[in-house]
Formats: sequence, structure tokens, C-alpha cells
Amino acid sequence: MKALKVSRKPSKFIAARLASTLSTVTAAKLGPLDLVTEESPRLPDAPGWHRLRPRLAGICGSDLALVEGHASTYFDDWVSFPFVPGHEVVADTEDGRRVVLEPVLGHAARGLDLPFEDAAPGDGDDYGHLIGGHLKPGIQTGFCSSTGGGWSSDFIAHESQLHELPAAMTDEMAVVVEPAAGGIHAALACWPAVHSARERSEVPVVAVLGAGTMGLCAIAGLREYLPGVRIIVGARYPHQQALARSLGADTTVPPDDLARAVRREVGCHVVGDYLSGGAHATIDAVGNSQSIAACLRFTRPRGRIVLLGMPAQVSVDLTGLWHRETVIAGAYTYGTETLPDGSRRKTFDLAIDMARSRGLDRLVSATYGLESYAEALAHAANSGRRGAVKIAFDLRSDLTHSRKEQS
Amino acid sequence: MPRPGFVLEVDRSTPPILFWRGENFSLEKLPAGRSRVIYAPEPIAAIADVDGAIRRALLDPIDQDPLPAQLFPGMKLTIAFDDVSLPLPKMRRPDIRQRIIEAVLDLAAEAGVDDVHIISALALHRRMTEAELRHAVGDRVYDAFAPRGMLYQHDAEDPEALEHLGTTPHGEDVEINKRAAESDLLIYVNINLVAMDGGWKSTATGLSSYRSLRHHHNPETMIHSRSFMDQHRSELHKSNWRMGKVIMDSGIKVFQIETTLNTDTFPQPFEFLAKREWEWSPRDRMTYLASTTALKRTPRRMARNIFHSIEAPHQMTSVQAGEVEAVHRITTEHVYAQQLVEVKGQTDILTMGIPYISPYNVHSILNPILVMCMGLGYYFNMYRGMPLVREGGVVIMTHPTPPDFHPVHHPSYIDFFEQVLSDTTDPHVMSQKWEKQYAEDEWYKHLYRTTYAYHGVHPFYMWYWGSHGLKHCGRVIVVGGDPKTVRRLGFVPATTMDDALEIASDVVGRAPTITHLHTPPLLVADVI
Repeated sequence: MKALKVSRKPSKFIAARLASTLSTVTAAKLGPLDLVTEESPRLPDAPGWHRLRPRLAGICGSDLALVEGHASTYFDDWVSFPFVPGHEVVADTEDGRRVVLEPVLGHAARGLDLPFEDAAPGDGDDYGHLIGGHLKPGIQTGFCSSTGGGWSSDFIAHESQLHELPAAMTDEMAVVVEPAAGGIHAALACWPAVHSARERSEVPVVAVLGAGTMGLCAIAGLREYLPGVRIIVGARYPHQQALARSLGADTTVPPDDLARAVRREVGCHVVGDYLSGGAHATIDAVGNSQSIAACLRFTRPRGRIVLLGMPAQVSVDLTGLWHRETVIAGAYTYGTETLPDGSRRKTFDLAIDMARSRGLDRLVSATYGLESYAEALAHAANSGRRGAVKIAFDLRSDLTHSRKEQS
Repeated sequence: MPRPGFVLEVDRSTPPILFWRGENFSLEKLPAGRSRVIYAPEPIAAIADVDGAIRRALLDPIDQDPLPAQLFPGMKLTIAFDDVSLPLPKMRRPDIRQRIIEAVLDLAAEAGVDDVHIISALALHRRMTEAELRHAVGDRVYDAFAPRGMLYQHDAEDPEALEHLGTTPHGEDVEINKRAAESDLLIYVNINLVAMDGGWKSTATGLSSYRSLRHHHNPETMIHSRSFMDQHRSELHKSNWRMGKVIMDSGIKVFQIETTLNTDTFPQPFEFLAKREWEWSPRDRMTYLASTTALKRTPRRMARNIFHSIEAPHQMTSVQAGEVEAVHRITTEHVYAQQLVEVKGQTDILTMGIPYISPYNVHSILNPILVMCMGLGYYFNMYRGMPLVREGGVVIMTHPTPPDFHPVHHPSYIDFFEQVLSDTTDPHVMSQKWEKQYAEDEWYKHLYRTTYAYHGVHPFYMWYWGSHGLKHCGRVIVVGGDPKTVRRLGFVPATTMDDALEIASDVVGRAPTITHLHTPPLLVADVI
């Protein structure tokens, strides 16, 4: 099979990190990522495993952080090298199904007992399983050497990870299901703050900082599953602002104006750099020191910040957090959600519905072949500036070629 | 003998005409044979003995007893004065207000009056700084009264400091400063820079609150004020006069002191700005070239500081005191004598160069909303009879219109620009949909009361000021303006005057008639 593979070579990570300040293309070429042709991953000797051929595989911010050498060392013990990235995947199974991948390598995939009946891969409050079972460590497909990943012509996945797609759903729409699930999960993580606002008969205000793929999916998730919230978005680029509005944002402003826009909405004071009140909840879809500090400034006391963008090491003055008793909650993944009406649904099922109802295929801006990975990564790294949102690898020509060979 | 105002018919020999562009200017060639330029009258003679004239006005007032006869020991005396918005540019020291207040205080002291409060009648404007107060009333008055809390600024958001006097027959609330209302005598010290100022507008507006102001500072009133410079055709003034009657009927005694200034606006080296271009000397041309070249290279902030440091040499041309309406009639005659220029008929296009200053950005920034207000609120309304531009015609302004706002002075303007103008530029719609939210915003109130911020509702008033102009004109074009900002205002950006005329041709055809309002110095076109 043909694949983009990440090896554990510290010198290459350092080179990528240094080169990324110049260009992503250079970082990709000098970094730990190589285009290789090698044997496909071996199917585990366990039930429910399938071989998949990717159609589209998205490039995510966490992938870019890895390729550019900026990923946190936190993951060192939760992943296994070498691995093939790619966790936003729409693929064909060998038994003829077109599926979207729920990438978390959960209990079922690892041959372990589920934490509760009908648990989704992301469920469970003890992450010990992520390094156990009959797979090597890996939080999800795309970071595990046993399974391969979507940036290839071939990888393996467990039945518990697969969601068969309706025929009417395009590949472009399907490849956004995974980030859409992340966005919905973050949106629903705002519910405690939204709920308490409603209990006080206040109109809940949720601010979203950042309108890349994840921010936009969170906006769609808020509008779809927390009706009645006022959504104020800080988005840097005009196309991001336009998309945010079309997905349900009430107000869009440049990121630097977000605090002011939130103040307008809630009518509080400004005290120094902070609002005296602020948004009931904030989704930080950027995830760096500046964005976290900004969110602390315009989230109301005892409000909730949902950290959707993946941070690494940050430096933030937390005095405000302490004084305002702000809650910061991470929002990494998906599983089984409790909706405001108390019903429980799988995040991926919600995401498949939302991708269709909100027409999320429009978020896919460009696709590249695996051979053009340096250009693809550069495009993804500069997607905002280049008027794009989601960049993906298109492996459908490989699929056709493979089918022809088989026939 | 100063020359009266003048209307120049532009021909092939006419030199390019000066246009203000904020903190700079340009020379523009107007089409020959169908353009005219209106120049202000030259400054009329000033009163030689200013202090003598003031004293005579106080001792021999109009339709009232002499001021000394109205002063007695133990009385409550309040002196209110026009705030930093007047005059423009600020005048050289000593300011007329200082001279008048000192004269009044001398008489009060002679009469044994010791309960005297001096109040800056700023309505919903920003507070004046200590330096600005000292400039207006003088160091002696400031040092004697301010430290003892007897010189202060009207607070339209302090419910304890306001008194509701009643309503007019039209249902308009009249609420003014409580100290002024409770005084045995209220003396108002005014500077009547334009015909719109003064009269009952001094007390009924300057010392009032949002509760009162909303009755006349609204789109409907503004649209039906034609113009603000013609009191008898101005709904704004009619409302203020109705409120004045309520003030009178409630027993408040007002002793109005009004002054007028000549149009000696610019000191050296900027005198050429008031001259007619064909009379520019070689030195004027050199000064123009040097100024524009230097200003192009000067950071905008520094250029603002340079211009706002200008102190105008204007001088007092009249002072009259006594009963409000009788005094104001004479004042208005003096203003017209200085500013009125007879103009025949309307044209298809009105051009105007917007300068760096307006009443609402002294020591501050002429932000985009104030650019609109200056163009369509002030300059458009500098007429008596009918507007200089025909209905459906085009206004062309020149101004860079950067999206710059003074964060301390104009906090609610920033939100108005971002939130309200991105929603609507229709004065009626915004008044219904947004005004209340801004007027009652606690943060804006806090900033108005405790810092140097205009009241939260103020940008609405500035926009309403241009209501008639907005309704009257078929298109508004801003030459040299930041395109995005200009579009947010609902106007059309143009790079050059030629471009603007080309754009205007969609509305007024390819050979439109054009009037250029050559101001400042200020003038009022008497359009017949």
C-alpha cells in the first residue's frame, strides 16, 4: 500500500519545528512524514475487523501540529510509532459498504469489556484501555501503528468504529462528519452554563473564538442542538465570518473585537481588560495562550470555557480564572451524549444528521493526491489566509485503480 | 470694510479650489460653466472694548431688570455655560465665557451673593478636562470654585441632580439640572457660533437629560427641521421653545447672555485656508504646498494633535443679555450678519470638504459617524430657505474616513459602527430597534459619568442629525474615504473628484450643476 508515515525520529521533529517557522512545505519535507510503499497493516486475530480503502481523508489541526513538530509530548506515551495519520476518513469496506470512521480505538476495538452497555468508542472514564488490548497504544486511528490511518490507500478498522453512510451523502459531506462530531461534543459541553442561564431566565450567550473547521462545526452544533442560544463568533477571515453566519452565528466579528461584541450582547461593564460579566459559555476553537487568555476575559464569572482547539504548552495568567471561578473544560472527542431534553444519542449519529441538515460538504475547500502531500499540508496550514476551510486527501483515483487491478 | 460673502461662478480661468480632507486638504478643479463656489463673508469688525460691552449688557439687559437688581444676599445663583463643543476651533485666551463669568461674579460679589454654582451645560456630551475648563472659565474662576465643588459639570444620569418640571402640550418631558431649577436666578453664558445655538436650546438642551432630549433628538424632528439654521422652520427649535415655556412657567428665572463671534478662524500659518484661491499670494501657495506635503508624511495622530492645538483668533462681535427669546432674536441677527450669503437656486451636486473638527471631537478623532454628521448634519443644513442641493441630488464629501475612534471619548460609537450600522443606516429603524439599548447601557452610563465619554446614545443623535440630508439626497459619495468604512456608512467611495463626478452621473446626468460650500470659515447660504 501507499501511505504517508510518521516515524519516531526526534531529529526530524526538531527539523520540522524549526522549518515550520519558514514554511509548512519545508517542514513537511524535512519532518517525520514520508510517502512510503509498504505492506498493509495486518488484521488482528479477533472478530469484527475490516480492511478499508479510503475515499477522502481530511487534514486536521492535530495532524498539522504533529507534522510541524508542535504536538505536545503528552502524547508520546499514548501513541505508537511508526503510524499513518488520518482520522477524518470516509472509506469503503471490503464487504461493499461506504462508511465514515469513528477513529477512537475504544474498548471494543481492543477486545476489552465495554464500560457500559452500548458504549461508543470514546466512552469510559479510565483511559487505560487506550494502551491495552490487542493493539499497540494509540488514542485513535491515525496515531496507532497497528491500524494504519486514512492518509493511505489501505488501513484497518473495527466494526465498532464504522458508521455506514446513506447513499445520498456525498464523500465530501462524510469526511466532515468526524470534525462535526467534535463540534457537537463541544457545543453540548456548554449545556451546564446554558442551562443555568435559562434557569435565571437569561438569554444564553455562547461565544466562539476561531472559525476554522472545528469552530464552524461547533457553531453548527450549537445552533442544531442548543436552540435559543445567542452565538457570537470571533473569526479572522471574511469567508469564515460568512460561513459562521450561514451556520447559525448571530454576530460575527474579528477576533480582537469579540470581547466588545460579547459586551454589547450582555450589556455589562468593562473593567480593565476584563468584562464584568460576559458570555455564559465560550468555545475556544483556537487553543493557544492568547486565545485562552482572551476567553477568560469575556466569559462571565462562574461561566464555562470549552477548550476545543488542541493546546500544547501555554502561558496564561490564571488570576482571573481563580477570581471569577471560571470552569475550563476540554472537549477532545465524542461518544454518547446527553441532549438537553435528557435523551441519549451517539455523537456520530448526531453528526451524520447535522452534516446533511447543515450542508457541511461546503466546508471542504480542496483535495490533493497523497503525492502532493507537501502542498496539501501547506494549504491546510494556511487555509484561513487562502480562503479555505477543510483540506483533504482524495484517494478515489487509487480506489478506482485498485478496483481495476482486482478485476 | 470686510467684504460680504461671494458666489463665484467657475470658468476656465478659475484656479483649483481648496477642499478640506480631515487633517489635510487638496485642490480640486471643478467643471467650468456649471460650478459655483460659495465663500464666507470676511470677518466683521470685532467689539473693541469687550469687557465694557459685557458690563453694559449686564447693566442694561433686554426686557429684564439690570442684573444687579436681580441679585441679593442669600440667593441661590447658578451660572451655566456652553461646554467644550463651542467655539470651533477653541478661541485664544481669554475665552469670552471667562470674561462674562468674571463680570457676573464681580456683580454677585458686590451684591453679597455667596451661594454660586457654575455648571458646564454639557447635556450628553463628554465631561471637560481640567485644562479645558480652565481654558473656558479661566484659572481664577476655576481655582476659586472647582476645589470647593462649586464649579462642576452637569450629570444627565444622576437622578438626584435632575428635576422634572412637567410636560409640554405635546407631551414632551422637561427635565433639567436640579440646582439650576432650584436657583433664584439661572444665568446662561452662551457662545452663538451658528444660528442653531442659543435661545431656549441652551437650557432646555444643555442642562437636560435623555428623558427630555429624546423628544427632539429623534429622526422625525430632525427631518422636519429645515434647517437647523432657521429657527422658524426647525422642529428642533420649536420643541426647545415649548420646553422653554415650561421652564418659564415653572417659575425659573433665566438671565440669558449670548455672544457672537466673527469668522476669523485660522491663525498663521493657516490663514490661506480662509482666502479665496485666486487671491493666494506666492507665500500662500508655498504654505499650502509645504503643509499638504508635510501632512501627507505625518502620522495621523500627530497631525490631529497639530490641528487640535490651533487656537482661533475669532473675536466677539456682539453680546446681549436679558430675556431669552428677545436676546436670541438679536443674537441671530448678528450671526446672520456675519454668515449669510445670498445664493440663487439649487444645484444637482453639493460638494464639501470635511475638516478635522466638529463640535463633538475637540481634542479627539473625527470618527466616521461624525464625518457623516458633519457632512449631512451640519454642512448640508447650512442653509436658509432650501437646501443647496436639489432633492434627489448628490452630496460629495472629501475626507479619508478611516475607521478610527477615540476609545475614551467615543466608546459607544465603536459599537454603533460595528453593530448598528452593520444592521441598518435608516435613522427611523435604528431609533426603534437599537436606541434604547444604547441609551440605557450601564457601562456607557458609567463611562459618561466617571470618565470623558459621550453618552451611549450620542452616536444615534449624530446619525439623526443627518436624517434630512439622508432622505433628501439621491447619493452620497466620499472622495478619498476608506472604501469599507464608507460603504458601512451607506455611502459610495470614490478615489478622486473626477471619479466621484462620474459616479454621480448615474443620478444627476453627465452635465450636473455643482455648488461647493467653501467652509470653514462658517457660512449660511440664503437660498432663494
